Amino acid sequence: MRFFSTGLFRGLVAQILATFVGMAFVMAVRVIIGLPLSSPDPEIQKHITEVIVIPGVILGAIAFMVGVGVLNDWIKWARGKQTSDNLEPDPAKPNWMRYFSVDYDHKVIGIQYGVTSLLLLGIGGSLAMLFRTELASSGISFLSNGSIFETILGKPWEVLAGTQYSPEHLFNTMMSLHGIVMIASILLGVGALSNYLVPLLIGARDMAFPRLNSFAFWINVPGALILVSSLFFGGFDTGWVGYPPLSLRAPLGMQMFLIGVYLVGLSSISGAINVIVTIFTMRAKGMTMFKMPIFVWAALATAFIQFTATQLIGLSFQLVMLERLLGMKFFDATAGGDPILYQHLFWFYSHPAVYVFILPGLGIISELLPVFSRKPLFGYKWVAFSSLGIALVGFFVWAHHMFASGMSPYLRLPFMYATLLVAVPTGVKFFSWVGTLWEAKLTFPTPMLFVLGSIVIFLLGGVTGPPLGTIATDLHLHDTYFVVGHFHNTMFGGYIFPFFAAIYYWFPKITGRMYNEKLGKLHFWMMWIAFMVLTLGMFYVGLLGMRRRVVDYDADLGFDPTHLIMTIAGFVIFFSVVISIYNLVRSARRGAEAKGNVWNSRSPEWQIPSPAPLHNYAQPFEVVGEPYDYGLADSPYVNMAPTPGTAPRSSAAHGAE
Amino acid sequence: MIHFIIVSVLVVISTVLLGLFLTNAPILPTQASVQAETVDWLFGVHWWFIAFFFSLIVVFMLYSVVVFRRRKGERGDGKYITGSHRLEIVWTIVPIAIVLWMAVIGASTLADVERRDPQAITVDVFASQWVWRFEYEVPVQNEAGETFLTAITSDTLYLPNNRQVVLRLHSEDVIHSFFVPEFRVKQDVLPGGEAFVRELRITPKQEGTFKVRCAEICGQLHYAMQASVSVVPQVEFDAWLLEQSGECNLGEPECGQRWAQTYGCLACHSLTGETVVGPTWLGLFGSQVELTDGSSVTADEAYLHSSIVDPNAQIVAGFQAGVMPQDFATKLTEDQIRQIIAFIMSLQ
Repeated sequence: MRFFSTGLFRGLVAQILATFVGMAFVMAVRVIIGLPLSSPDPEIQKHITEVIVIPGVILGAIAFMVGVGVLNDWIKWARGKQTSDNLEPDPAKPNWMRYFSVDYDHKVIGIQYGVTSLLLLGIGGSLAMLFRTELASSGISFLSNGSIFETILGKPWEVLAGTQYSPEHLFNTMMSLHGIVMIASILLGVGALSNYLVPLLIGARDMAFPRLNSFAFWINVPGALILVSSLFFGGFDTGWVGYPPLSLRAPLGMQMFLIGVYLVGLSSISGAINVIVTIFTMRAKGMTMFKMPIFVWAALATAFIQFTATQLIGLSFQLVMLERLLGMKFFDATAGGDPILYQHLFWFYSHPAVYVFILPGLGIISELLPVFSRKPLFGYKWVAFSSLGIALVGFFVWAHHMFASGMSPYLRLPFMYATLLVAVPTGVKFFSWVGTLWEAKLTFPTPMLFVLGSIVIFLLGGVTGPPLGTIATDLHLHDTYFVVGHFHNTMFGGYIFPFFAAIYYWFPKITGRMYNEKLGKLHFWMMWIAFMVLTLGMFYVGLLGMRRRVVDYDADLGFDPTHLIMTIAGFVIFFSVVISIYNLVRSARRGAEAKGNVWNSRSPEWQIPSPAPLHNYAQPFEVVGEPYDYGLADSPYVNMAPTPGTAPRSSAAHGAE
Repeated sequence: MIHFIIVSVLVVISTVLLGLFLTNAPILPTQASVQAETVDWLFGVHWWFIAFFFSLIVVFMLYSVVVFRRRKGERGDGKYITGSHRLEIVWTIVPIAIVLWMAVIGASTLADVERRDPQAITVDVFASQWVWRFEYEVPVQNEAGETFLTAITSDTLYLPNNRQVVLRLHSEDVIHSFFVPEFRVKQDVLPGGEAFVRELRITPKQEGTFKVRCAEICGQLHYAMQASVSVVPQVEFDAWLLEQSGECNLGEPECGQRWAQTYGCLACHSLTGETVVGPTWLGLFGSQVELTDGSSVTADEAYLHSSIVDPNAQIVAGFQAGVMPQDFATKLTEDQIRQIIAFIMSLQ
């Protein structure tokens, strides 16, 4: 079995071993200095377990990175040794092994990001199906004590998690985990888009820092494993926000959540540095900032946010971890701490994070619309600056998540103004998209359907924003299903639909084969219609006062029929994604061969063979025109074979790590 | 040009239909407070903006999809238009003006919602996992004719109609949130003592029974953390206060039941034999109880007393420690504890 010689396998073995070694080490230290290993008091016992487990888990994550081999060169450098600058894959190894080991090709890393993202999407989606089934009717039934669910899954869970089965706690855990797993999935999906597309679109051989790039991907693997493992460490019942003091009391699973997200955050920061440097230093000759494909602008704005905001969620999580482990009183008001402090730190990242999720998606919309409209992108510069505008304003709105939190009442007003201002750059995008469609020659293959569908859904997410932005109406809507509806719209319209548009659009470039168009369209219509039903249901019950994050609701509220319909719609979405995965897997093997410029695009990546070769372009191209001049005769964007001797700057920057 | 005229007419029609639907559909709960009037007025403004902007984009899109699609056999590209700075400036400036105006009315409605009435009565709201408790201060006279304030506790929030109430919100453990949809306003309830007490002002304007539910996830039974809100005429409210301020002059178990109710014991301990969060009280007295450490004890009065004042000392097998509040020794009087035990003893 060659799988056993992959980096992934070695990393996993190292992680498991190191976790136990780390735990044993702490236990040994405790024995030596005379601290107990167990206690009859359950509260103290919980704390002792945590103090022993957490260092093991952290050591395990580091060991994974060593085991997978991504730190090899850096360790050698630290020891003063030389390494080869040749980062090409070993030709003796079969191609599939590249995807399970450390590889420095940005396209391989992009696929690694993408597949991991889809796996997490599957986990997060399955969790949603489980608790959505429970919500289908009032009363606790599907998860209840004595249910089939408890017999099949609850009993093993009891053994693994070591706590008594409780339908309410399991619901809270699954709901919380759904949120954070989906966020991890989206962050990885964003990584997939940036990594695969940016070098191809700007004509670079690879990313600026290939080793850092590989590190940024692989740190997600122990991160995701630890995150999901929280289910087996008693779970956590705080929602994905983890507000203290509740998160100080939650079971050990809370720590797995904190560490897992922390590691994924490291990926965001290191990935973002790479994207920024690559865009600034490795563009093809003649590609000024305003001649970049528009997605690159979105990737740049996204990277700025990731690079500057992620630290704050790391900080807030670190404080919770330290308060739990070492008894520091950051959030304990009786000891001079402040519970609201956490919320400020948390949202200072977690609001801009929303724009990390949607800006790449909106970039995909702007990138694909001109291709299928056969028309220039309307107001290129305005669209480019609107991404930066959203990223900038996004830093001044965090406290709109806290209008009911009990923060200083007057401080809410500037946040209301700033929040409503987000509508302006977002509006510029919508109007420019409509301008692009006007007097176009539209065709509707699967990627275009996903683009148009995402505009409508994102619009619905956009127009439901202002009622949440004005404080008086937010006091009613806060923590209701209206908020759930609003952010699912922004996530589906701003990320999920554009992400699938991107997958279908670049699938021929990735695999060299065409996906099945009929199944692609079936996926779109199932998912779009079902999502609209689901989300309108969320808005409806939310306005009527249905709270978020509840396992049950009173039957006399009359929400039963709506919830039943929402559950059915949720399952339709789930199965539409299953269909798309089937389509992609099958087409990758048996699809019709994709020949040449499949979409008749002006973009450079479609002027080379599919799948794109190693280091992308056999010879550096030169930008000689505008990226989206569809409808203008004899106006090429790139000259694929410029006269020799005019090497672009990119070759110098490459490998300067 | 003809395209623009057609689309504009369609946008207007769509806006009117959608706006009328949103403003007339029953999508908000009963309006039971004065604050709700203001909030709902602002909702009305939002509905029309939603109707307009949703129609504007969607109608333009759908029209383009139908009219500007590539027809069979058609070749070539769309019209070469790269943009228009004039249009972009218009659709930047106009939205800025709209959102600034919206923020101004957002601020003025907030001022309305938070307007203080000097005549407001005060109720202290105590939230703990997963119980609401309400305390009123009432002046009573003792036998010597001196007036002093006494606190009465209730598990139902009684409010007089048409009178502003200031809810002073205290949490005893984690963050909770006070939310009655019919009143439209919400406020998180923070732990940490007097410095973290937050206020919420409500002026009920409709008699009836509503539910306050916790809106901020607060652990296992978050979903079930609710209490009744009863809005009654002022006369009835005064009578209720007077009645409650008296001593409990019922029998021992009956008084015990009243304390068990008001202090939230029954949220976790059922009277029906069903297991909720803690052990059921039905048939508890005199039974053999298995503990987590493997031993077993008889549930006598001493055991019940210690389980109330020091709940973590003996944990029943199958239940978790640290769930039950540990401050009942200070919250309840010895009389009240005795009466609660009497109530448990009566449940055979």
